Amino acid sequence: MKTENQKAWFFVFPMLLLVAFNALIPMMTVVNYSVQETFGDNVFFWQGLDWFQQLLRSERFHAALGRQFLFTAIILVIQVPLGVIIALAMPRQGFWVPVCLVLMALPMLIPWNVVGAMWNIFTLPDIGLVGYFLNHTLGITYDMTQNPIAAWVTIVVMDVWHWTSLVVLLAYAGLVSIPDAYYQAARIDGASSWSVFRFIQLPKMKQVLTIAILLRFMDSFNIYTEPFVLTGGGPGNSTTLLSIDLVKIALGQFDLGPAAAMSLIYFAITLLVSWLFYTLMTRNDAK
Amino acid sequence: MRKRSLIPILYILFLMLPIYWLVAMSFKTTNEILSGFSLFPQTWTLENYRVIFTDPTWYWGYINSIIYVSLNTVISVLVALPAAYAFSRYRFLGDKQLFFWLLTNRMAPAAVFALPFFQLYSAVGLFDTHIAVALAHCLFNIPLAVWILEGFMGGVPKELDETAFVDGYSFPRFFTTIFLPNISAGVGVAAFFCFMFSWVELLLAKTLTAVEAKPIAATMTKTASSAGYELGLLAAAGTLTIIPGAIVIWFVRNYIAKGFALGRV
Repeated sequence: MKTENQKAWFFVFPMLLLVAFNALIPMMTVVNYSVQETFGDNVFFWQGLDWFQQLLRSERFHAALGRQFLFTAIILVIQVPLGVIIALAMPRQGFWVPVCLVLMALPMLIPWNVVGAMWNIFTLPDIGLVGYFLNHTLGITYDMTQNPIAAWVTIVVMDVWHWTSLVVLLAYAGLVSIPDAYYQAARIDGASSWSVFRFIQLPKMKQVLTIAILLRFMDSFNIYTEPFVLTGGGPGNSTTLLSIDLVKIALGQFDLGPAAAMSLIYFAITLLVSWLFYTLMTRNDAK
Repeated sequence: MRKRSLIPILYILFLMLPIYWLVAMSFKTTNEILSGFSLFPQTWTLENYRVIFTDPTWYWGYINSIIYVSLNTVISVLVALPAAYAFSRYRFLGDKQLFFWLLTNRMAPAAVFALPFFQLYSAVGLFDTHIAVALAHCLFNIPLAVWILEGFMGGVPKELDETAFVDGYSFPRFFTTIFLPNISAGVGVAAFFCFMFSWVELLLAKTLTAVEAKPIAATMTKTASSAGYELGLLAAAGTLTIIPGAIVIWFVRNYIAKGFALGRV
């Protein structure tokens, strides 16, 4: 049982100072911009909630938000089951375990714009490995600068390549924490491999999987660099996800007010969904 | 059993293919790349790597990245250690809210913060310094380090602390000589994750630097757009960015699964 001790704040204080400096001041700047209009030269006019109202009615925002949710949904639906399947098939001990883990974690350690550049090189129609194979060996016309479907498939496969290992590693960590006695008991009872999964492995993985879903939701919902490098949001606007659109407005058109309002709505959505996951998670902790 | 091991093998093969292509590309001459498809480099060349290791704008990119990533790792872990101890051992006013607030900082899209960060760090005169990037990355690395360390500390029984205090240990002495060795794996994993997320992040690092502290990844994007499309050079630079990650991951290989579970298994 934890003891009540207000002096703990001294331990937390340095951390709080640093994070607050980075979190609160920029956040206040964003809030400040979101209610004003500027024509440059540091002259600002009070605008009230106009930007928010405009944004919530804007077709462009709805489209980008829709694409963002679609992307995140596809990512979660593919990566979570796939990660669990791979984790279940992995060896539990021996020489190959660290080799597998290190190789699987490798994509996550590559700078995000390198990931984009790497997939670009990989999928170039005539000189990329996949591009050449699809176009010339299988005879499927594949060019993601022309075809929106091809662009979508490519960014989804890229993200599966990049982040499925996170789910694998989390699920694996849950699996190895199951004592052997559980499996022996199941064998004595003559349990099928499905019921072993359903009643032993899945409950043990529940907590780590919640973390996995939470992290995958946050990161895929905020994804920017990889698809930006790979497709630049194109062809047309077909892969312009929310953050790509945001940067276009903020840095491309320098519309600070609308961009700030969009940032806040964006953040609020992420916060809301993550809070739901978090309450689920802490409820599991309490059990 | 045999059939089952096919799944991880196929998966790892899928992971390695784009990496292989990047590495193969880095050993090809520009002529070979542009003249058509070849599975292996026909004429091996180290020219791309020679350019990177002799041109200061290239190799300083690597040095800059390593400097701010190391600074960030040290700051994050040092600051997160006492905080994680507080969360793991004590109840205090607002602890749960604070913990969730920490988590929210991992959710803020970097795109949201890019412009305000630029203004903030320009205002305090830190723009284009290594420490600026190191501090900015604390935004998401400190919460992560606190989370991981708190998870690992939760696995150390509280009786350890109590016994040490009864034996007359002062808090600093207990923390450094008894407690830290007990969670050394956690410290290693936390440091690894700080390194990793600082290394892979580009948007903030690019926004906060111009010349003096420019990260390697930003040098790459500039090359891609300005000097024509030098794929071989780009591939070589990309290949070199994989190496630091591959080295540090080897040190934490036995704890990596637990680390990704934020110490909560």
